[in-house]
Amino acid sequence: MSSVPRFWRSLGSRYNLEGTRCKECGEHFYPPRNFCVNCRRVGHIEPYRFKGTGEIISYTVIHTAAEGFEDLAPYTLAIIQLDEGPRLTSQVIGDPEKIHIGMRVRSVFRKLGEDGEGGMIYYGTKFVPEDA
Amino acid sequence: MQDTPNIRVKSAGHENGVKNMRDVAIIGVKNTKFGELWGKSLRDIVVEAGAGALADAGVGGKEIDALYVGNMSGGRFIDQEHIGALIADYSGLSKNLHVPATRVEAACASGGLALRQAIMAVASGYNDIVIAAGAEKMTDVGSEEASSALAAAADREWEGMAGATFPGIYAMIARLHMHRYGTTSEQLAEVAVKNHKNGSLNPIAQYKNKITVDDVLKSIMVADPLHIFDCSPITDGASALVLAPADIAHKYTDTPIYIKATAQASDTIALHDRRDITTLDATVVAAKRAYSMAKLRPEDIDLVEVHDCFTIAEICAIEDLGFAEKGKGGIVTANGETAIGGRIPVNTSGGLKACGHPVGATGIKQAVEIVTQLRGEAGKRQVEGAEYGMTHNVGGSGATAVVHIFSRER
Repeated sequence: MSSVPRFWRSLGSRYNLEGTRCKECGEHFYPPRNFCVNCRRVGHIEPYRFKGTGEIISYTVIHTAAEGFEDLAPYTLAIIQLDEGPRLTSQVIGDPEKIHIGMRVRSVFRKLGEDGEGGMIYYGTKFVPEDA
Repeated sequence: MQDTPNIRVKSAGHENGVKNMRDVAIIGVKNTKFGELWGKSLRDIVVEAGAGALADAGVGGKEIDALYVGNMSGGRFIDQEHIGALIADYSGLSKNLHVPATRVEAACASGGLALRQAIMAVASGYNDIVIAAGAEKMTDVGSEEASSALAAAADREWEGMAGATFPGIYAMIARLHMHRYGTTSEQLAEVAVKNHKNGSLNPIAQYKNKITVDDVLKSIMVADPLHIFDCSPITDGASALVLAPADIAHKYTDTPIYIKATAQASDTIALHDRRDITTLDATVVAAKRAYSMAKLRPEDIDLVEVHDCFTIAEICAIEDLGFAEKGKGGIVTANGETAIGGRIPVNTSGGLKACGHPVGATGIKQAVEIVTQLRGEAGKRQVEGAEYGMTHNVGGSGATAVVHIFSRER
């Protein structure tokens, strides 16, 4: 799936939805950015932990899985807009038939995938229906 | 014509004509056969395309000033980088002639970008005769490895690591397009049906079989709502063009085809960060820049090769290029307006879907098709009386878009 250090250095973001926001313009960033796309050089980036609630903008049920995700297929992947504004790509757990555009969701901590038998197991954020 | 979103188009410096720049013409073209070319290596197919384009132009090796080659992922597909040097070497341009060779990479837009670099080299006066080539050898690895390499065109850390596949990303574009505009799976399938029909008329196409809407809808689901027949295939292939200053083009050919515009735009690498999930702003902006540079409008264009890596991508492309109102791309396709003989023929080559999608070659192949059409040499798939043609090449899910406009008259 990925190299260990590449995953490890973003654990805070992947486990706890830690992103950033710019004090100058107020825009929130998740995935985190350390350079404000609006203010650029004059921006002031600070850490921000997202509440983890939002809504589904679009989604798909993936049948032909990505490398490392074969055991999960079919799985639901969605673009989710967090209540603070930014959008991210994440899996949604639950009955694919009940998932719909505009559905409210909240983040949960889950296993993402693994590097084969005996390899590293990856954990991170997925989403479930807000009332689940 | 199209109700384009109000996107601020930053000047790229050349829209109103380029000061002190030379007009550029294409004087030679060649595609290899596209398909699963088990018996041929990357260097074999590049040499075939390059030598073919030079023969078409009647240009000798000693006249070549520079070579640009589009190649997405030699590193993943054949475990080979330094593709520019490799290709120059096996084309006989290195050991004795030492022709500068540059690889250009922008995922699936690598070919279009190689053409753009070549145009700028000639237009600037830096070089006269320049080769723009593109090539990808994708079947030396298994389809899982190939899919993983292709997924590298998206954001590996924030799309790929969440389990996104490339079809999955385009499926999310399709889902929202359907939700918002009422686009149907049948309309998406019509794109594949049309492109297979066009491909059946193209001798180099990977797939020459005609298919039906039912075939598409009954094919296996890859990423809902996209079936496998909504997806472009894995392909080996190479394409090449020879460029020259327009002032001397007639020395080489009776039918030079002129570059009227070259334009490029960028957008966020991840789909989720886009202003609108169902619009490729990079396409909209590149097209606006190209129309401005060529002093043309969408209704002036006689045919277009668009980047149909998935059926939904062609729907979005014809909307974002101004050939259909936003949200009407599916209806326009189902009505036959994009078929050969229709209002604006789209992907007469068969597109990425049926002609095949050797990623680095695609942007060059699109230009070869337009040149062939504007010369009047496209045989059974000829668009009669075509004066202006366009190519549209996309990298990733829309982080790079390259648009070119070509003309029969200077």
